[in-house]
Amino acid sequence: MSEQFEPKIVAFFCNWCTYTAADLAGISRMKYAPNVRVVRLMCSGRVDPQFILAAFRDGADGVLIGGCHPGDCHYQEGNYKALRRFHLLKPVLEEMNIEDERFRLEWISASEGDKVQKVINEMVEQITKLGPLDLEPISTPETLDEMLEKEQEIAV
Amino acid sequence: MISLKINGKPIQVESGTTILQAAKQLGFEIPTLCYHPQLEPYAACRVCTVEVKNEKGNKLMTSCNSIVEDGMEVQTDSDAVAQARKINLQLLMAQAPAAEIVSEMAANYGVGDTAFLSENAEEKCILCGLCVRACEQVAGTSAIGFANRGKDRVVTTPFDVQNEACITCGSCAFVCPTGAITMDDPFGREVIHDEMTLGPDKAITVPFMQAVPNAPAIDTEACIHFKTDACGLCAEVCEPEAIDYSQKDEIEEVEVGTILLATGFKTFDASRIAKYGYGKLPNVITSLEFEKLSNASGPTGGDILMQDGSVPKSVGIIHCVGSRDDNYNKYCSKVCCMYSLKIAHLMAEKTGAEVYNFYIDMRTPGKGYEEFYERLLEEGMHLIRGRAADVSDWAMNEDEEGKLVIRAEDTLVGAVRRIPVDMVVLAVGLEPQPDAEEIRRKFNISCSSDGWFLERHPKLAPVSTFTDGVFLAGSCQGPKDIPETVAQSGAAVAEALALIDRGYVELEPNTAFIYEEECSGCKTCIPLCPFSAISFVEDKNVSEINEALCKGCGTCVAACPSGAAQQHLFTDEQIFEEIKGVLSYV
Repeated sequence: MSEQFEPKIVAFFCNWCTYTAADLAGISRMKYAPNVRVVRLMCSGRVDPQFILAAFRDGADGVLIGGCHPGDCHYQEGNYKALRRFHLLKPVLEEMNIEDERFRLEWISASEGDKVQKVINEMVEQITKLGPLDLEPISTPETLDEMLEKEQEIAV
Repeated sequence: MISLKINGKPIQVESGTTILQAAKQLGFEIPTLCYHPQLEPYAACRVCTVEVKNEKGNKLMTSCNSIVEDGMEVQTDSDAVAQARKINLQLLMAQAPAAEIVSEMAANYGVGDTAFLSENAEEKCILCGLCVRACEQVAGTSAIGFANRGKDRVVTTPFDVQNEACITCGSCAFVCPTGAITMDDPFGREVIHDEMTLGPDKAITVPFMQAVPNAPAIDTEACIHFKTDACGLCAEVCEPEAIDYSQKDEIEEVEVGTILLATGFKTFDASRIAKYGYGKLPNVITSLEFEKLSNASGPTGGDILMQDGSVPKSVGIIHCVGSRDDNYNKYCSKVCCMYSLKIAHLMAEKTGAEVYNFYIDMRTPGKGYEEFYERLLEEGMHLIRGRAADVSDWAMNEDEEGKLVIRAEDTLVGAVRRIPVDMVVLAVGLEPQPDAEEIRRKFNISCSSDGWFLERHPKLAPVSTFTDGVFLAGSCQGPKDIPETVAQSGAAVAEALALIDRGYVELEPNTAFIYEEECSGCKTCIPLCPFSAISFVEDKNVSEINEALCKGCGTCVAACPSGAAQQHLFTDEQIFEEIKGVLSYV
């Protein structure tokens, strides 16, 4: 019997909205897939694009960012900064052959425990279908010649 | 000063006073019909006729428009006066046979019938012109006036057509002594007694008896002065000259340390559920309107009356109007079961009516609440378990004729029942204020999915919000009854006071800081900060974070290209390790 693939999802949740919503989902005994590993941050604006890359590097099959609805940020506009970075990072991940479904940004307010449940279940389902993330190992060029060769390859 | 005698009694009055006013000062009653103290006298009805004796001899004069003169001797009740009034009243009776006040006045003088011919037995108008003067002098619109001459004279609008100049102020109906002018009910029903207006019935009122401050306020939407610039009667009669029409709403800025949100709730608009007929069927009222009826200082003096002024013999109370309903609000409004039981009790006590409660579930948790419910059961309330389907005036048999019929499933009996009642009270639920969303954004706090303000934590911080120094008091946080509101508001006040009393503010420890030696002075972080906590130190060529201003969101930290900006408790290093950690287990 082959073991079923269980995706690992790293979630960066804003302390004021999505993290509270996840708490609410817990208090309300809502069941959702246990594949999400939550990292609490004070604001979705704290999410450094490096965190997402690091998560994928360290074995995450998906990354979820949960922030406040537009206009509701506890720090006024941190969620807009998160949105900007999200859109800038998307094409980079595409270049790395990381599918669209693996990286998601959601606005979830503190009262939307059901939305936490829905988003997580949806994401786990989609990523389970995609299978584990297989990142190509990066070969670091050793010599200058190799480096130039690589450059040319990209140029072609 | 003018000296004169009225019925033999000497009096001194200021010049320009009328005989009527002077007589009133001495306490002599002179009957009047076309006189109103706030309007110019017109002497149309002539029942205020008195006998005046001066150097020229005896003379009959109308007292309302005759100015006193020195040495006058006035008789208000002489035989000549009585004779003149009798004739005048007979003439008025002929003009307006249906005017009750005229026949009553005539009866006082022993006149039972008129010797003159009357044209129209239904006529009530005595052509006194009070309405015409009120319209001109009070409403300032002159929407009505006299038309035609002689026996064809009538009070009407120009060309007898609906007049746009009329502001429907009702001044004409208010002053009419005989009731010849009435205001139309918007539903076309006859308004049988004016007291049934459940809202404020005047443009200037004290909101309610116990209002604080206990001062009247003008409803500028309804006040004639604000419509036509006329009237001003309240200012005229107010002796301390307290009325100031120029007062405007003012916005004052106050600096405070803490804020309590106590914006409360609004009741569910019962007309949204068309099948209950609120606003369409007479005698379907909301629980709040019942409170107004039941209030000893209310329009009926505390009597529970129907629109026609009679006492209801049977009453239906429908619970959960707008609550526990997928179409409106899913939540239970918490207070309606108890207040419905209270209404049932008061209704039975005050009117002796049969009271039927239609409920889904009877929710009576709380100190003494279940006991009250038990007591009502013993008092013989009819409690029908089932949501009422509709209220109609459609009768299926004789018993239902002229009644409101409540159709409901009785789930305990397992049958659909039709209950005819005289009056229906809708137990409307509680809803967040319509501008709760706006307020929420203003204070940067959250609302629960129902729209009530969200507390920071249901158990650990039940009166705090996500914004420091903003607390929640009362039902803006969720439906609450009075004891619960008092208790919870007390907690909110205590929290607010504790913050003030401390004299200092505790900051969250998760502020951002900058490693000066790493900072390249690129200034990326500076425009990102919404709190302007980051400044640039020119001589060191580094950014600097003011920890007192920093709220600790970490946006600048995420943007710092060199990793010089860091956040206490959330450094890059810590988060990278955390990511590794959460991914380390299977």
